[in-house]
Amino acid sequence: MFYGTDLTSRLMLGTAQYPSPKILRDAIDASGTQVITVSLRREGAGGGDFRQFVNASGCRILPNTAGCHTARDAITTAHMAREMFDTKWIKLEVIGHADTLQPDPFALLEAARILCADGFQVFPYTTEDLILGEKLLEAGCEVLMPWGAPIGSGQGLNNIDGLRRMRAHFPDIPLVIDAGIGAPSQAAQAMELGFDAVLLNTAVARATDPVEMARAFGLAVAAGKLAAGAGLMPRRDMAQASTPIFGTPIFETAEVI
Amino acid sequence: MRIELNGASVTTDADDLAELIEEQGFAAAHVATALNGEFVPRGARANTPLRDGVRIEVLSPMQGG
Repeated sequence: MFYGTDLTSRLMLGTAQYPSPKILRDAIDASGTQVITVSLRREGAGGGDFRQFVNASGCRILPNTAGCHTARDAITTAHMAREMFDTKWIKLEVIGHADTLQPDPFALLEAARILCADGFQVFPYTTEDLILGEKLLEAGCEVLMPWGAPIGSGQGLNNIDGLRRMRAHFPDIPLVIDAGIGAPSQAAQAMELGFDAVLLNTAVARATDPVEMARAFGLAVAAGKLAAGAGLMPRRDMAQASTPIFGTPIFETAEVI
Repeated sequence: MRIELNGASVTTDADDLAELIEEQGFAAAHVATALNGEFVPRGARANTPLRDGVRIEVLSPMQGG
């Protein structure tokens, strides 16, 4: 449950960088997503058309605070987004560095505290740091969104052990892998690790065929979720025959070493 | 007076933010506004006077990740 909302599809899809609005529309449909992320920018760049698109999408809207580098900017953007999209949901991004786009944990926590107290339902873009995660929960967040890899990098899950620890440390908190996913196999891997959802954009939007890639991601996320629920076999260092040994015929008398 | 609107210097006769939105041709119901970095709710625009040099941001929905 994401702030009381149950989602059948665990793929959340960004709406930026698509070749055309039609391809975006078709990609949303093909992915099966129920949540799309959107942004706010200065009016005059085609906002009216996109507003109609968003209203017609049938998806839940998760506005972001992308591009904000201070808690104050993020808080102002969140308020503007709440009015614009009529939702308490906010994907809280407070960027600490222009090159790495990694979150500023201190400003993130400050903004989360203020926004949660103001009735927002905050989806914080964070790292796999456990203490930061705990502080964000104390601030009132009920979902955490650790990065897989730097935004737009397509590297997948850079710190699998850290993410595994995070999953184990917060067993009952919805955790969404946000950012860095480049391939459906990586999204499936995140779900197999027990994460609750995956949020991505560039991997679909910049694919040669975004609609088919959206479908692939939808299937991969669903497969990963099924696998996590089914319980993966434990990993072994050595081989272990899957075919029963009992009843194996012996055709030669050569000594088995 | 001169104000800064979405990063551009603009001369306006508007006395308050609601008038400015009207004067500049924005769809009042479909934009979100901030003055000097602080959110101004739609219902508060008419009670938000403008002064020389204020910075106004008028935002609308855009694609995002």
